Amino acid sequence: MEEFIKGCKKGIPIALGYFPVSFSFGVMVVSSGLPLGMATLISLTNLTSSGQFAGVSLMLAYSSYVEVAFTLLLINARYFLMSLSLSQKIDQKMNTLQRMIISFGITDETFSVASLQEGILTFRFMLGFITTPIIGWTLGTLCGETLTHFLPTSIQNAMGIALYGMFIAIIVPASAKSSKILKVVLFSGIVSMIFFYVPVFDVLSSGLKLILSTLIGAIYGAMRYPIVSKGCDVS
Amino acid sequence: MTYYLTCILVMAIFTYLPRMLPLTCFRKEITSPFIQSLLYYVPYAVLSALTFPSIFYSTGDIFSSIVGCFIAIYFAYKGKGLVFVACAAMICVYIIQLF
Repeated sequence: MEEFIKGCKKGIPIALGYFPVSFSFGVMVVSSGLPLGMATLISLTNLTSSGQFAGVSLMLAYSSYVEVAFTLLLINARYFLMSLSLSQKIDQKMNTLQRMIISFGITDETFSVASLQEGILTFRFMLGFITTPIIGWTLGTLCGETLTHFLPTSIQNAMGIALYGMFIAIIVPASAKSSKILKVVLFSGIVSMIFFYVPVFDVLSSGLKLILSTLIGAIYGAMRYPIVSKGCDVS
Repeated sequence: MTYYLTCILVMAIFTYLPRMLPLTCFRKEITSPFIQSLLYYVPYAVLSALTFPSIFYSTGDIFSSIVGCFIAIYFAYKGKGLVFVACAAMICVYIIQLF
């Protein structure tokens, strides 16, 4: 129990940080016309930011299930590495069910904080540590969904930029530290803009555009600037 | 409605699998430098592709979005955290839209 509480406390700052982002997710989903409750259900079952936003835009475009699956898999490919990296740090006595439970809570933020934690990560600690962010994320969306109509349009508009602000807060410092990452970021961003603005590419769906821009940028990086260090090199 | 719920299920499954499989099943290390490098760059590539050009259309008018974008880049470059950067961009957009 003590370990669980310790985990919960460690997760509180993450939960607070999630709130405004998942709030704006709720607002966005409701204003895009999906039925009430969908946003909260998505947040509770997905617990991820970019994947949820991408998923909803695909849903709104009535994309195929295969397209949704493939886009989500691609966006979430980073979790492979994080999960792999965490597998080296968790209590090796954890059984399969325990591993399956805590892996649900792996996000960019919980991964970063857990990786910096001293010592071995026990099941109870991890259980507490993912609980508070799950609550923060789901509750934020629920509030966003239900309070949308009480918010003036000006505030709703302003909240639209929140998620992209967070994305920028991830890619800019990483790009400032590593010119390789900067080049990948620029490459993907430019390819994505070309897909968006050049009319020839209108035949591609938005999901496919995202997949292609990502792969082109990442393959360029992997070929031009291979990473030589070991598997856990994720920032 | 069925379409939405199925989509949400598909999303949940394909978000959960990459998190769950390595931690539960995979005990070896990835040795291919190409795959390692690819996975290393994917998060940055996908975030960049998600942000541009969508950020310019995120607030309802392109001017406030562009200014908000530069404010976010500025504070991110200064090393401010995710929440700070997101709030700074939001406040900036809010103020611009007042006029």
